[in-house]
Amino acid sequence: MEKKIILQTNNIVKYFHEPVKFKALKDVSFEIKESEFLTITGKSGCGKSTLMYILSTMDSDYEGELFIDGKKISGQSQDQLAMIRNKNIGFVFQFHYLLPEFTCLKNIMIPALKLGVKSYEQIEYEAYQKLELLDIKDQALKPASKISGGQQQRVAIARALINDPKIIMGDEPTGNLDSKNAKVVLDTFKELSQEGGQTIIVVTHDTDFAKKSDRTIVMADGEIIDYGY
Amino acid sequence: MKVNTDIAQTHLKSNKKQTMLASMGVTVGIGVFIFMISLVVGFNRNSDEGFFKTTPHIRIFQEDKLSQPLLNIVDTNVSPIIINPTISNLSSTLLNPSKIISDLKNEEDVVTATEHVSVSLFYNNGHSQITGQASGVNIIEANAMFDIESTMLAGDIQNLVSTPNGIIIGVGIADKFNIQLNDNISVISAVGVSKILKVVGVFSTSNAALDESKSYVNLPMSQQLLKQNSSYVTDIFVNIKDPNKAVAYTDHLEKITGYNAEDWQTANEAAMASKKTRRVMFGAISLAILLVAAFGIYNIINMTVKEKLNDIAILKAIGFSGKDVLSIFLKETFLIGLIGTSLGLILAYVLIKAVSGIYIGGNIGYFPIWIEPEVFIMGAAIGMFITLMAGYIPARSAAHIDPIEIFRK
Ligand SMILES: Nc1ncnc2c1ncn2[C@@H]1O[C@H](COP(=O)(O)OP(=O)(O)OP(=O)(O)O)[C@@H](O)[C@H]1O
Ligand SMILES: [Mg+2]
Repeated sequence: MEKKIILQTNNIVKYFHEPVKFKALKDVSFEIKESEFLTITGKSGCGKSTLMYILSTMDSDYEGELFIDGKKISGQSQDQLAMIRNKNIGFVFQFHYLLPEFTCLKNIMIPALKLGVKSYEQIEYEAYQKLELLDIKDQALKPASKISGGQQQRVAIARALINDPKIIMGDEPTGNLDSKNAKVVLDTFKELSQEGGQTIIVVTHDTDFAKKSDRTIVMADGEIIDYGY
Repeated sequence: MKVNTDIAQTHLKSNKKQTMLASMGVTVGIGVFIFMISLVVGFNRNSDEGFFKTTPHIRIFQEDKLSQPLLNIVDTNVSPIIINPTISNLSSTLLNPSKIISDLKNEEDVVTATEHVSVSLFYNNGHSQITGQASGVNIIEANAMFDIESTMLAGDIQNLVSTPNGIIIGVGIADKFNIQLNDNISVISAVGVSKILKVVGVFSTSNAALDESKSYVNLPMSQQLLKQNSSYVTDIFVNIKDPNKAVAYTDHLEKITGYNAEDWQTANEAAMASKKTRRVMFGAISLAILLVAAFGIYNIINMTVKEKLNDIAILKAIGFSGKDVLSIFLKETFLIGLIGTSLGLILAYVLIKAVSGIYIGGNIGYFPIWIEPEVFIMGAAIGMFITLMAGYIPARSAAHIDPIEIFRK
């Protein structure tokens, strides 16, 4: 069975104007199929993060088109983009961006509370499930600022999963983790794409990590030089 | 509970010190603001009450006029000239005063209307003489208007009703002449009528000049002193429901009576000017205090936003819109405003209670300040408004933060 295309870009061009005009992305066009586990690699400064910010809808200042789940994303209002992010995209950063004043549990619950579809109790229950999945249930009620780096990263992944988004994105999510923790993350992503049917797009420098994914895109100087097919 | 509210509360709770500091700013601002305004309102009420002891809300009288030419010449090339124009005092009486009074009493806004005859006279005792002014009144009605009873030192206003040749004198006159209740006093009017009157009461107001010159006599007695008949009346005093509307109401009364009408504020122009000055001065001071409080709030919310750049970026990354971020910070400001304003109301209450217990003495008595519900409501509204305005500026800049810029750092 031919799988459906979940994310597609057409000729994306991104300029930076400061300090000098600089073309960071040059005609980037590619597509990703549903439940694919895709990694993106390339030399430092080739434009991977720049591309991820566009794919995640946080950056809307570019030329070209972005489609997610068949819907055109380019040109939508900031409010609509926020809603799309909330519902369809889970993002994991290199640094474990959690809200330090909230418990781990609350950090995970917040995107679901924002979505406002399920009851508080249901969300809390599901948050515990995600914590269990990532093997950090015992940390649930600690403040997010008082757990280790690897634990924080797993909480961040749990948060990215809470709304069961179609796409999970990560910008070097294992960049700051030791090999053991990195493996936990890698296994989680693999499992999600294989069993959960979720699409994973991860930027990584780790070649082992890239090898274990379904496909690896290689970038250089703002262009894709290898589509990984 | 909505998630935005939840986040706002968590921010405030985990920064208790800052929250309290910001609230205290509002508290002091609102507390002092309400206290100051209450001071002004108290002072003004006190001085207004002073006016109304002697001045009616509106006085209706016949203004002296210069003699006018009989012919009304329309031709612009010719001007009528009167050589030696004089004031014609034929008409200083109001015609048919009882009709005017019954007309006035039919007016919806008029509370009381009473006749008054003003008599210039001398009080005599042996060789000493005091110039003064007697008011010929219906003492019962005049009392209803000026609450003369409350100023009585000796005697009773009822005694004037039963004593046609009675007089109620100011305590200054009584002291100078060493006159006591039921003694006689001789008076001579400006038109030369002299009478021996019986002192049936002594009053003391807060105004020493008044106490040394003023007296009350019965209306017929005043007419006799002026050699006038019983329909002679110089003024009609009118009290209306809301004295603050007196200025606007005078025009209406001039129209229905056909005579001049003067409101109490015009009659006490000098005092009104100082009242206005007081209001402007205190208003400016309280406004300055509020501005300082507002600046404090602005600073603290601004600081919170700066500290929370990361949080804001994360929230935006996980799907909170600019509007959500704005609402989170506005909610924080609102809660700070709510805490601060509530404590400010309590502070104002305590200040006013404390000051109103201070005894000044003299004609003021206790410090003239009261808990004015309107001032409290206004203070609370202004407090919340200013807090929200001060918080809105940094909250809006938080809403516009671009998360990518934060993540790139
Ligand atoms: N805000 C910016 N203003 C100007 N130039 C920028 C900005 N952000 C990135 N760039 C430039 O765009 C290019 C791509 O940057 P990007 O961060 O996407 O690289 P990257 O592939 O993620 O690198 P790394 O592997 O080191 O994270 C770089 O040359 C960088 O200098
Ligand atoms: Mg990068």
